[in-house]
Amino acid sequence: MSSTTLQTAPPDAAPAPRTRRAPTATRLLPWLLLAPSLAALVVITGYPLVRMLWLSLHEYERAQLLGVPAPFVGLDNYVATLTDARFWTVTARSFVFMLVCVVLTITVGTLVALLLMKLGRVMRLVLSLGLLLAWAMPPLAAMLVWGWIFDSQYGVANHLLTSLTGNDWMGHLWLIDPVSFFAVAALVIVWGAIPFVAFTLYAGFTQVPGEVLEAAQLDGASAGQRFFRVQVPYVRTIYVVLIVLSMIWDLKVFTQIFVLQGIGGIKSETSTLGVYIYEMGMAQGHYGAASAIAVIFTVIMLAISAYYVRATVKEEQL
Amino acid sequence: MSLAPVGAGAAGAPVPVLRPGAVTRRRPARRTAASFGWGAVAALLAAAFAFPVYWMVNTSLLPTNLVSGPELHLWPDELTWRNYDTAMFGQVRSPFVPALGNSLQVTFLVLVASMVLAFFASLALTRFRFRGRKAFVLSILVIQMVPGEAMMISVFQLVDSWQLLNTVVALGMVYLAGVLPFTIWTLRGFVNGVPVELEEAAMIDGCSRPRAFWKVTFPLLAPGLVSTGVFAFLQAWNEFMMALIIMTRPESMTLPVWLRTFQQATKATDWGALMAGSVLVAIPVVVFFLVVQGRMTGGLVSGAVKG
Repeated sequence: MSSTTLQTAPPDAAPAPRTRRAPTATRLLPWLLLAPSLAALVVITGYPLVRMLWLSLHEYERAQLLGVPAPFVGLDNYVATLTDARFWTVTARSFVFMLVCVVLTITVGTLVALLLMKLGRVMRLVLSLGLLLAWAMPPLAAMLVWGWIFDSQYGVANHLLTSLTGNDWMGHLWLIDPVSFFAVAALVIVWGAIPFVAFTLYAGFTQVPGEVLEAAQLDGASAGQRFFRVQVPYVRTIYVVLIVLSMIWDLKVFTQIFVLQGIGGIKSETSTLGVYIYEMGMAQGHYGAASAIAVIFTVIMLAISAYYVRATVKEEQL
Repeated sequence: MSLAPVGAGAAGAPVPVLRPGAVTRRRPARRTAASFGWGAVAALLAAAFAFPVYWMVNTSLLPTNLVSGPELHLWPDELTWRNYDTAMFGQVRSPFVPALGNSLQVTFLVLVASMVLAFFASLALTRFRFRGRKAFVLSILVIQMVPGEAMMISVFQLVDSWQLLNTVVALGMVYLAGVLPFTIWTLRGFVNGVPVELEEAAMIDGCSRPRAFWKVTFPLLAPGLVSTGVFAFLQAWNEFMMALIIMTRPESMTLPVWLRTFQQATKATDWGALMAGSVLVAIPVVVFFLVVQGRMTGGLVSGAVKG
């Protein structure tokens, strides 16, 4: 194999008699290299995707898991889902929550990145270290720590609020009210997401040529104008990627909501799409109905990322 | 959380030299006061971001009666290791040591398998032109956008039908399929950054093609392998949802699932032990982050291209 491929390497130098053997090997080699990855993706991602579609078109409950044949029901699961008020409530809730998280993450992330630009070396290291600690925290552990901070009886949040405001906050239940439940969830998610956004934007901002900024300043551009007219356009693609990724991550958030519900939220009033699919499918055993929601969810995600995928395909010559 | 595709693009791009103070340098007197102000803001922010991590460690070191007491203890003034003892060897919950073992096995499996498979695949996608190549790259890009949350039911049924529930191999394969698209996509960018000319030069010197890949290209991919490795490690160590579904037996839980068993509906949460458990899960990741962070910015490839 090695000798034949060596022959084909310089594209136009291959001697005529050898070319008959060479193409077969070169044609096969890339597929050999791809085979393991392809197998893993087809079996563990491709098949479940097809299976998800199949499930969504069948009546599939706990009984079917035990071997009872699943009757084909056409689009019934979809009709049932789309006419279910709960589905629309969960979807609307997920989107509002996602939008709030994305706006907060990108805004504060930008401010932190600009601050990193202004700092001297020592303070930049200090801030980077703080960001790194938050970034490194595993989402589940982070959620539990925040749950402890907002614990009604002994949490530090209620302690601090009591001593700051003078009112008695001790015993305040943060997770019972859906609005403050999501405020806590958003705080945790934004806290965990800002470091990545800030570091990435900082890396982008440092690539904006200093001469351009200086020229803009000499021409009388204010700090705000320099930011919006010079710095942002330079890192526009980074912003697009960060916003799309944040939208995707925040829309499919599962761990944080699931754990926070376990600490003390009301499930029916706080579930987001991912948690709702888990509830319907894994917990209650309505696999067919949950799969219909999962298909709709997947379509939403692909629609959100379509712009990003198209831009990437255009930019990188595949 | 992931390191996202932007990392690959940024690493390949040339970094123009920038003097951060260039714009504001003309006002030295005001600048000291301003920079002091920004420094103070930065210190506050750093403290705010680090606080939950500190609070986790602090609580884990306090005795139970102080954790659940009327007073706030801002530092561990009565130090104890008992919470760690309860977390690791307490009788009520599922055991810690098997969970640690499972997490280590899954992580190792995913880390090694994803890097080897992605290296092969990225070579195929960058060094060869063949039919179906574009389709493969495109499908990788699209698959990345399919939420695992949507797939949980069919993945569960697949693993169940293989009778592989509660096995490290099954969870490892699910994670592998989850990280591969990103890993291949990222490594592909890095392989693109290694000029073919380097391989060709080695082959002219008598190297076989596989040997050229291994001896020339592979070492130059170090930064790419580090960042994809970090991603795979984090995914396998931190992932919760799939592990929750696939690893249900107490002895086959991974650390995140084990950590959740600290909360039981019938009992008040032992926050000290829970924080000790969180420290045990988080510390390896935090240490890993601090160690790897400095190495991720290595510019091996750009050096090779210029030379």
